[in-house]
Amino acid sequence: MSYIVEMFHITKDFPGIRANDDITLQIEERSIHALLGENGAGKSTLMSILFGLYQPDGGSIRVRGKEVKISDPNVATSLGIGMVHQHFKLVHNFTVTENIILGMEPHKGPVIDIRTAEQKVEEISRLYGLAVDPRAKIEDISVSMQQRVEILKMLYRDAEILIFDEPTAVLTPQEIHELMQIMRRLVEEGKTILLITHKLKEIKEVADVCTVLRRGKFVGTVPVADTDEEKMAEMMVGRQVSFHVEKMPAKPGDELLRIEQLNVKNLKGVLGVKNLSLTVRAGEVLGLCGIDGNGQTELVQAVTGLCKIESGKIYLKDKDITHLSIKERTDRGLGHIPEDRQKHGLVLDFTMGENFIIHNYYEKPFANFGILNKKAIFENAERLIQEFDVRSGQGAMTPARAMSGGNQQKAIVAREIDRSPDVFVVVQPTRGLDVGAIEYIHKRIIEERDKNKAIFLVSLELDEIMDVSDRIAVIYNGEIVGIVDAAATNENELGLMMSGALRKTRSTPHPAHEAVHA
Amino acid sequence: MTARKEKIVLPLIAVLLGFVLGSLIVKLTGRSPLSMYAAIIKGFSGIDILNGQPINTRYIGEFVIQAMPIILTGLSFAFASRTGLFSIGAEGQLMIGSISATAVALLLEAPKGIHLPLVLLAGILGGALWGAIPGLLKARYNVHEVVVTIMMNYIALHFNNFVILHLFGSADRVKTAPFPTTALLKSPFLESITRNSRLNWGFIPVILALLIFSFIINKTTFGYSLRAVGYNKEAARYAGMKVSRNIVASMAIAGAFAGLAGAVITVGTFNFGRVIQSAEGYGFDGIAVALVGGNEATGILLAGMLFGGLKAAQPLMQSQGIPREIAGIIQASIVLFVAMKYGIKMVIDKFERKQAPSTEGDRV
Repeated sequence: MSYIVEMFHITKDFPGIRANDDITLQIEERSIHALLGENGAGKSTLMSILFGLYQPDGGSIRVRGKEVKISDPNVATSLGIGMVHQHFKLVHNFTVTENIILGMEPHKGPVIDIRTAEQKVEEISRLYGLAVDPRAKIEDISVSMQQRVEILKMLYRDAEILIFDEPTAVLTPQEIHELMQIMRRLVEEGKTILLITHKLKEIKEVADVCTVLRRGKFVGTVPVADTDEEKMAEMMVGRQVSFHVEKMPAKPGDELLRIEQLNVKNLKGVLGVKNLSLTVRAGEVLGLCGIDGNGQTELVQAVTGLCKIESGKIYLKDKDITHLSIKERTDRGLGHIPEDRQKHGLVLDFTMGENFIIHNYYEKPFANFGILNKKAIFENAERLIQEFDVRSGQGAMTPARAMSGGNQQKAIVAREIDRSPDVFVVVQPTRGLDVGAIEYIHKRIIEERDKNKAIFLVSLELDEIMDVSDRIAVIYNGEIVGIVDAAATNENELGLMMSGALRKTRSTPHPAHEAVHA
Repeated sequence: MTARKEKIVLPLIAVLLGFVLGSLIVKLTGRSPLSMYAAIIKGFSGIDILNGQPINTRYIGEFVIQAMPIILTGLSFAFASRTGLFSIGAEGQLMIGSISATAVALLLEAPKGIHLPLVLLAGILGGALWGAIPGLLKARYNVHEVVVTIMMNYIALHFNNFVILHLFGSADRVKTAPFPTTALLKSPFLESITRNSRLNWGFIPVILALLIFSFIINKTTFGYSLRAVGYNKEAARYAGMKVSRNIVASMAIAGAFAGLAGAVITVGTFNFGRVIQSAEGYGFDGIAVALVGGNEATGILLAGMLFGGLKAAQPLMQSQGIPREIAGIIQASIVLFVAMKYGIKMVIDKFERKQAPSTEGDRV
């Protein structure tokens, strides 16, 4: 088989960092080629060079054997290269077809010929089994459908080489499975796929060849059939990685967080959380699992004070915090890693230094009589960056916007863990992170638990819930349908509970009186 | 380009392009761009390159007078802007500042050391109060500040005229009785060294305002929380900041800057309270100044002087046979080019890329 894309000795520098250092990548036609690496390893940079978003400082690119200069994305498109970005670029109040034809609208005279376009979209959709309604509005369709619209956009432009930038980060397990099938179908029809990811499972499932990058350098290219997840992880991180969280059995103590008969309305004005009671004790991790949209967000917002509740009580260390402000809750020892890091976790236009002090910017040593102490802020940032291995080009002075998603997440985790709150609400702490970082963050969460803090972990990743939690509460349709011991359950049981098919009601509303729990 | 370089280079290019466009229009009307530049240079310095006159401090004084209020209204717009608010209210806040200063100037009798600071303080407080109202409406009822501030400009205008006409027994239908000298910023000394220009001590509060602006925004915890709200309201709320309180405070402080501008005009440039026929454009000039100045104190100072100089050059241009509106066109096109900064940046980047392999970028 011949190579359709070849990148030779690509080098790319950013201020303070060499993102790509002499990387060579050869991609066979009609294959799925995975590009594996940690956050900040240079995967996205390399693909952005191929897509014409960046110009390399050194090296050359060949497409179909011919040397090319990809000076902007239009050149890439004309070469048949398309890219599905991690954050979709869609106009929300446009229909699927309107989004797809944007920039190359077919027209009859002065009028856009939407009918013909819709037919073409429908045809492509059917050919590749995408099942997208060309007339649906983007705001009305699910995230996985939106992703398919992005795929359609490339196919509509006759792309032959499809770059997927971490496509599964936003999908549920079922949707990931469907995406894998779509990818295989695309290859069957003659396309070539470049898959950027750090999820080893997916590579093993779908990719033919895998190239590993580490800190901007080329580590190796291996046929996926000849390798396994452990070996790829080792290549990626540079050391052996354990996939399972090492931890001692929990020694639960007092109830630090107690939720009683909580009712919360969601954005649609109906009850998203119904009569929910839960307790989290010192020295344990309570995992909350459920399918996205079953009341997790409302529950977390009610506990952290971000939304109003209808009725019920919330106690923090036996003090009623139901009607306290966010700030008062924080001051009383509540910590929170929010679900949406860019919207809620960080001020993207702030530097790292400024982001790290967002909770206590007015306190010593960061401020004296209302005046910021730049030196203390700087030192604090450098310490956290060092300790949590946050990769940032200019250290404390890096704007959060200039960092990769994974490193943004690491920065939030660093900031929150550093405060060491007594009750720690952790939502999707490892979303979009690589195995090395996940291992590290899980370790830090367990360390907090062992310092006798109460951890309330909310995650859509079942593996994470099962690995880190001591007890697992399952939420379905705004209600807790059961609380089980993490050591005594399995994926199957949890899956049944998550879909509402199985209920395991608790014997007492206050499990504090029980022993280590069953 | 690095972010810092960008902040300096892009406005400079915008200014340059603004002048190029202005010259083209002058050329199109059949006049000489050279005489336009001569008028502008004279507006800034008094130097007359066509007739060979040397520097004349009177012109410098007059152009500083023009720059002072629009620097302050520029600070006003910029301050709200840094908190993510788009305040069109500087014009009205300036009028309320002006009427407050007028009231204290006329009604109070005190030695200069007390009277003048109180007059300025009244202007500041009046503007702050007027600015706090849209802030409150925004924070409490989520009413958009653009709408409220525009409406309040009209209320301020008519309130100002009502007060002038009815309360201070104005000598004619246009102005109040003259202020006592204890309330004035006027300085015979400054006038004498600038050949009887209207230059007054007003530049001192302007410099203080610039320093205070920069200090609050960059050095204080208050400024930190304002910027956090401005950049990302949701993240600020998640971190437990009082977003509503910050919005009110930011609008009030923005109003204070504009109110001070009103006081400086009233007891500096004039020495009586005036009936105002219609908005005098200080507010909109302030928006232009803040945009060109990049919402930073230094930038606002420079942009304010530039636009002040252009204003001062208008009558001189007219005497050269060039329509005074050309100065307005130059100012407007500078703002337009600043708004087009991404386009300008793209062109520069493309040019740089051709020159040498590019080495910049921002995502790692």
